[in-house]
Amino acid sequence: MDILIYGTINSVTLALYAIGFAMVYGVSRLPNFAHGALYVVSGFITWSFLNSLGLNYLLSIILALIATAIIGALIYQFVLIRVRGMEISEIIASYAIGLAILEGFRWGGFKGLTYTLPAFIEGSVEIAGVSVDYQRLLVVGIGAAVVGLLWLFTRYTRIGLAMRGMAQDERAALMLGIDSDLIAVVAMGFGSMLAGLAAVLLLPLGNIVVEAGYNILILAIAVCIVGGLGSWMGAVLAAFLIGFAQILTVVYLGAHYQMVVALLAIILTLILRPSGLFGQQKELEERV
Amino acid sequence: MENNTQRRKERIDRGIKVRTDGIYALMSIRELSYLLLPRLVLILGMLALPLLVPGMYWQRVITITCIYALLALSFDFLAHYVGLVSLGGAFFVGVGGYMAAIMNTTFGLPPWLTVPLAALAGGGICTLLLLPCLPLRGVYFAIVSLMYPLFVARLIEALNILGGTDGITGIDGFSNRWAEQYFIIGILLLLLFGVRRLVNTDIGLVLRGVKDNDQAIRASGMNVTLYKAMAVYIASVMGCLGGACLAHIYMWSGISQFALDFSILPIAATVIGGGGTLIGPVLGCLILVPISELLREFGTLRIVFYALILVAFIIFRSEGIMVYGQRKYQQFERWTRI
Repeated sequence: MDILIYGTINSVTLALYAIGFAMVYGVSRLPNFAHGALYVVSGFITWSFLNSLGLNYLLSIILALIATAIIGALIYQFVLIRVRGMEISEIIASYAIGLAILEGFRWGGFKGLTYTLPAFIEGSVEIAGVSVDYQRLLVVGIGAAVVGLLWLFTRYTRIGLAMRGMAQDERAALMLGIDSDLIAVVAMGFGSMLAGLAAVLLLPLGNIVVEAGYNILILAIAVCIVGGLGSWMGAVLAAFLIGFAQILTVVYLGAHYQMVVALLAIILTLILRPSGLFGQQKELEERV
Repeated sequence: MENNTQRRKERIDRGIKVRTDGIYALMSIRELSYLLLPRLVLILGMLALPLLVPGMYWQRVITITCIYALLALSFDFLAHYVGLVSLGGAFFVGVGGYMAAIMNTTFGLPPWLTVPLAALAGGGICTLLLLPCLPLRGVYFAIVSLMYPLFVARLIEALNILGGTDGITGIDGFSNRWAEQYFIIGILLLLLFGVRRLVNTDIGLVLRGVKDNDQAIRASGMNVTLYKAMAVYIASVMGCLGGACLAHIYMWSGISQFALDFSILPIAATVIGGGGTLIGPVLGCLILVPISELLREFGTLRIVFYALILVAFIIFRSEGIMVYGQRKYQQFERWTRI
């Protein structure tokens, strides 16, 4: 039973990590290697609004999310847009930005003190004999809500539809009058905000550390590759696959092997089904 | 300048450049020296470097620079001649370092044997591990190569294998510091000119084809994955060679060999020095590594520094120093009326 419950929590966590990355890649074919950095940035901004400025917790979360979205959009608008389409430069530039942010934090931000965010609601509840704290339940609830809202957003709003249009065929989208640069900036903003959302939801469960930035980038990428790069729903399903696989490994083999799961999942996916479980990119599946 | 709209810059190859393209280069001393001078400056400069710098500390810096230059060379070769962006130079270094360490401490092989063996075997391991993402286009290679060093470092830490966080100690050093320096400088020069040659041979042509149009290569009846694997092997042998030398220089091999420095600095050096020139990355390392030594007291701020330089160069000066230099050397510019 605890496998089921903790598996679900872990899976939703992974889905939250990955969905922002999947969104940015899906819309503008940009592998955002700064994703993990944005996660840490968002946690840090929330912390400083809360503790340095003394704002209300909810308010500081909302402000931090907006700030992260703006940072993401600015990174795209001023750096990444200039190298768009040049694959080598795209990868290097986004990786370098992420690295600069994370290592900058390591140098200046995180020394001595442990940085923690308080839980939204303290306490825990027993579900079928397993004790689960409210924060984790909240993670599952909000995670599910985010996935649902994203589904509705991409189907029933103009911007969401434009994003899907660009994801499917950028040239056709351009012909229909969709401003591809603008939509890409918006998508990057949304993707950053989703990374930030994951941060504020999950950081109360642990400390804010720089290492998290790299771990989350890796996990997000693993989930996206298994689910098919660019497929949002694929990412969610892959999150469940990897999430349960990780919990099963922890229970039966030991916690050390948990991180091997993600790597193994990537390698198996690349060998067996390169486009991922639900990838629609035939171009990538096609082996050269 | 209003006039700018009426005029444009015209670039024309210098006469001497055209004359030195073929066998005519042998006709006069002037043409010969035009060809040989840059190469001689590089070779003699590299050879003289250990004699010119003051003290043992800076000689050690030169050695480290050469190791970074090997990595940058391997990055440049993969990225600009095969189209595979490797974000994990540290993986090559780490594998090479640990291989050399194990061979030296467990089997008792001397350094002059462990370095080539570790390079060849380590290259094989790296290629094998990277093989799953080679049949695919796109960002997969970058992603997987980024993940390996992080994973392996954490795996060693968590499972406490290969010496755990302490690393493997008690590795033999080189017999003396001059041998150490000239060995590495020699290897660097050899590989530099070797790779320059390689990319102009038939295989190099095929590799560039893999980058530009893999379908054409496939249509010619050649196995794209095989060629990519070959290129990755060559590049990872260079990286592992650097790693093996590093293990012997520090007489220690540990998880810090999987550190980000080894991944990001070669990339920064390549972008600054000029991608695709092969000499450029070496020059970039000669500039960046000493600067990074001067900045040693700032700790991880150095990585921030490289990363920002990298972004700035990619956006504003994506051609790099060497491409600029080559253009000035081989062409002259003048304004012409449109």
